[in-house]
Amino acid sequence: MAIEVRIPTILRNYTDGAKAVSAEGKTLEELIGNLESRHPGIKDRLVDQGNLRRFVNVYLNDEDVRFLGGLGTPVTDGDTVTVLPAVAGG
Amino acid sequence: MLSISQELVDKIVSHARADHPDEACGVIAGRGGVPERFIPMENAERSPTFYRFDSLEQLRVWREMDDRDEEPVVIYHSHTATEAYPSRTDVSYASEPDAHYVLVSTREENAVEFRSFRIVDGVITEEEVRFLP
Repeated sequence: MAIEVRIPTILRNYTDGAKAVSAEGKTLEELIGNLESRHPGIKDRLVDQGNLRRFVNVYLNDEDVRFLGGLGTPVTDGDTVTVLPAVAGG
Repeated sequence: MLSISQELVDKIVSHARADHPDEACGVIAGRGGVPERFIPMENAERSPTFYRFDSLEQLRVWREMDDRDEEPVVIYHSHTATEAYPSRTDVSYASEPDAHYVLVSTREENAVEFRSFRIVDGVITEEEVRFLP
């Protein structure tokens, strides 16, 4: 079993159009590393200088990982990780 | 071109007026590019110069749209002291290439500015708005 990662429209060019892909890891950071090996280029859209990008929301199941442990958040088989670009502006 | 019912336009404008001088924001969900379901969102920034959807509310609404086979047809927000035209910040965070980005300005109390744009790869294209009865 693996972890399902739900991909927003704007990042589906990295996943051949797939809305959801699977990846593995024990933490969100490992998961993103694993995702990068399967879909090169995607990591840079999620992470900047070792932190999650400020205007990308990443959720573990129903929680925003910012309120959990950020990139260090533990993940387990069967979890769902959802990526949504923040809707924001000025 | 954006075709939108006058009823939805009125709802967006009322939301913008109610939250003035802070920026108001929200979504109109629909299918096949037709805006139908009005979803006002909380501006987590509560700011006169910035808006951001609350992250948990956004997750809930995006999942709900997924379940109903809807997409965010319109993403709207207000400018409260400047014209209804995308700011540099709006362009840098625009992340829904298929959405109509609607801007309203509440800078004049008695006049409504309601305009629609596509924002794709950093490029702003204004489009015609057709108001349906």
